[in-house]
Amino acid sequence: MKVTVNGREVETAPDPCRRLLDFLREDQGLAGTKEGCGKGECGACAVLLDGRLVNSCLVLLGQCEGASVETIEGVAGTALHPVQEAMLQLGAVQCGFCTPGLVMASVALLRENPSPTPAEVRRGIEGNLCRCTGYVKVEAAVLDAARRMREA
Amino acid sequence: MSRGGETKVVGHSERKVDALALASGQPLFTDDVDVPGLLHAKVLWSPHAHARIVRIDASKARALPGVACVLTHEDVPRILKTTAGQGWPEPSPYDTPMLPDKVRYVGDRVAAVAAETREIAEQAVRLIEVEYEVLPALFDLRAADAPGAPVIHDEPDAKAIIPVPYWPERNVAAHVDMRIGDIDAAFDASDVVVDREVETQYGQHCPIEPHVTICRIDEYGRLHIRTSTQVPFHVRRIVAQACEVPVRRIRVVKPRIGGGFGAKQEVLEDLVAMLCLRTGRPVKLEYTRSEEFVSSRTRHPAVSRVKVGFGRDGTMKALYLRARTNTGAYGSHALTVVCNCGAKTLPLYHCENVGFDGDSVYTNLPVAGAYRGYGGTQAAFALEVAMDEAARALGKDPVDLRRALHIREGEGSPVFRALGEGQEGVEQKIGSCGLARCLDLGAEAIGWKDRESRRGSGRFRRGFGMCALMQGSSIPEIDMGSASMKMNDDGSFNLLVGATDLGTGSDTILAQIAAEAVGTTLDRMIVYSSDTDLTPFDVGAYASSTTYLSGEAVRKTALLVRGQVVEVAARMMRVEPADVDLPGDGTARAGGKSVTFEDVARHALYARDQFQIGAIGSAISHASPPPFSAHFAEVEVDTATGKVRVVKYVAAVDCGTAINPKLAEGQIEGAVANGIGYAMTEEMVFNDRGLCLNASFRHYRIPGTLDMPEMVTILVPTYEPTGPYGAKSVSEICINGPLPVLSNAIFDAVGVRLARAPFTAERVWRALSGKGFGT
Repeated sequence: MKVTVNGREVETAPDPCRRLLDFLREDQGLAGTKEGCGKGECGACAVLLDGRLVNSCLVLLGQCEGASVETIEGVAGTALHPVQEAMLQLGAVQCGFCTPGLVMASVALLRENPSPTPAEVRRGIEGNLCRCTGYVKVEAAVLDAARRMREA
Repeated sequence: MSRGGETKVVGHSERKVDALALASGQPLFTDDVDVPGLLHAKVLWSPHAHARIVRIDASKARALPGVACVLTHEDVPRILKTTAGQGWPEPSPYDTPMLPDKVRYVGDRVAAVAAETREIAEQAVRLIEVEYEVLPALFDLRAADAPGAPVIHDEPDAKAIIPVPYWPERNVAAHVDMRIGDIDAAFDASDVVVDREVETQYGQHCPIEPHVTICRIDEYGRLHIRTSTQVPFHVRRIVAQACEVPVRRIRVVKPRIGGGFGAKQEVLEDLVAMLCLRTGRPVKLEYTRSEEFVSSRTRHPAVSRVKVGFGRDGTMKALYLRARTNTGAYGSHALTVVCNCGAKTLPLYHCENVGFDGDSVYTNLPVAGAYRGYGGTQAAFALEVAMDEAARALGKDPVDLRRALHIREGEGSPVFRALGEGQEGVEQKIGSCGLARCLDLGAEAIGWKDRESRRGSGRFRRGFGMCALMQGSSIPEIDMGSASMKMNDDGSFNLLVGATDLGTGSDTILAQIAAEAVGTTLDRMIVYSSDTDLTPFDVGAYASSTTYLSGEAVRKTALLVRGQVVEVAARMMRVEPADVDLPGDGTARAGGKSVTFEDVARHALYARDQFQIGAIGSAISHASPPPFSAHFAEVEVDTATGKVRVVKYVAAVDCGTAINPKLAEGQIEGAVANGIGYAMTEEMVFNDRGLCLNASFRHYRIPGTLDMPEMVTILVPTYEPTGPYGAKSVSEICINGPLPVLSNAIFDAVGVRLARAPFTAERVWRALSGKGFGT
């Protein structure tokens, strides 16, 4: 079967029982996507599947035939994504284990809603647990990124 | 406030040195590497709370194709140790074998498997046959030392290795007591006495990265341990002890760590290390989320009682704390956590008659260990609720009562000397205290003065609560940190620290301290932590010690290096060293002359009388200067359902100089969020057989974005004379606030006292019933 990962088409054996998360981390060497619970409860493994935010621990590779997967490694182009840039500048990264998932959730949110209110930001990233930051600087960073993207 | 003069790097919110790599998903964590030939480990956990293993047969598991090794208690040496990950000799009892022949909680280790795949390892675990003799179990910490209670550590070889009280025959893992003055007489002479008991629950740290370790035998036959730990040097020592391998044959590498909060101070690496030694192959052990909850470590639940006596004028006559903590099945941190119940609370207020009794008891429940706050969390709840009740009884504003009584700069407390961590304490005078200003600024930010007008009278009632807090910075006369630093061709420096950045940003603030002290910019500082082969010793990330103690080691080291830079620069410019000025931009100047650090490095490495500019330095602490904090909250209570919404939370914090204000704020915000979770929702729930019923994020609710109130963080700068550039600790203190603040705010709103955490809607609703709210 074929699946597109960060814009690159990949051919892989169609293992229907393999989690998308393990395919990304182990087969594709894309270790930026993290496993925090394996049950879809923490968001550390969040990726975009055909543009939709999913927990890759709950998606089977067999469901991804012909699909396009975007991971943290594919978010930055020649420059960092504004969400990443804002997180760096505003101190939103502590241990960084949940950061890739938070970045993916924020990117998905801002594509859908370029001008979110603070409440909409909170709702947009509610599926991502972070134990270090208390979310204060994370929310500020997403709002700041939205402003940068609107002004760009 | 700065007494150290102008600083160029310290005190600035520099970008975290590892943030770029983290935010772009670089493979930085323990499990992000690809190890060829890796075996996967799985553990058979006890299904019983208390049982003797009568017979264990692993032959079917061993026969399963793909299984490389199975270990039971019959296959490993019986060496009792503590997993507490403390300095040697540890104050925690030696009561924990690698694999026990008697299990002591549901989730205790029974056997371990290493196999070619996770699935085979899981299948092999199910094939291990175990016959148990089930024993009566003990779950109630209040009944632990009652006559006839089951004895959890009846083995004759469990022992304390330093002279401290240890009475396993009564299930008492630790005991401490202290008397200053005459508390009985002082209570008799008091006009107002408040006696308040509170209870705190089983909670778990919930780092988003669970415990994970990869062991392999390296090219030289040494055991290489890549692990998610806060204490790499203690891991090396304790694995050596447990596996009977010399320290020199072990290397421990700590990559980036996905949070720890104390859970990763616990040394659980012995089992996977033994699987690796037995197979000679790389082995990975990664906890699932439910294993992280039950079989890593938890916070010591506690029953804490504060009795406090006042004169009519508001002077505190007598203060007594009784704390009983539950250390679970093994005694990890049993003594030191219960000591800190007193040590991190009782010195806060002026009082001449102070008493403290503390016990830590064994039960057949999950093992407690280090957790941010570390006794302070449990006891501050009792003390600060009692202070609130005392203020009401005295007719005083709770802010004013604390303002009048709290310890001040230049003052000592007899408690400091009487109470240390597992031993006598160290006398100290407070070198810096910004608590008065924290109280002022916090009260202003919450709108304390006009709170009466905002209560409401219908179904939704608003209330306001506050508390004052102290913690410490390092364990005095025990902890040690060190650093080494060397200069490179281009004038940059390698800074190697044993201090363990587990996500806190300590690599960044230590690099800031080094850059400041040596006289260069942060981008020329290449910082690395931690690798027991490369970085010098540090006790690790615990006891709020890294900024204060490891930071001082870095400062001393960098000053030694600075002296060498000045000497070489002086030679190059043909001036006296005393005339050389380092303005902080990576240059050295004298008169009109100037050389860059790159010139200095090239001269030292290539020109004449060559030598490596570099140094190693260590620091120990003689004091544990407390950071101080005042917390305020506004809550809204739904009197129909009991649901409490935290509307706004204010934390004003004196951490001395904030080396990096943005990172300091991040520590405060994260600690408050964790504290709010513990106060409002988080509790491990057990059935009557000791099985944890909610070992998942779905059922054990840590705060998400929608649970957070409006947060206000206020840094109140002071200058701590014993700390690097005036710094004290900041990481732990703020987790202690939400329990008392929110209990006080709920009382303020609806007049009921929540003395048992968490303050769930059900508990609040039950407390409200019959109080005349609604129907």
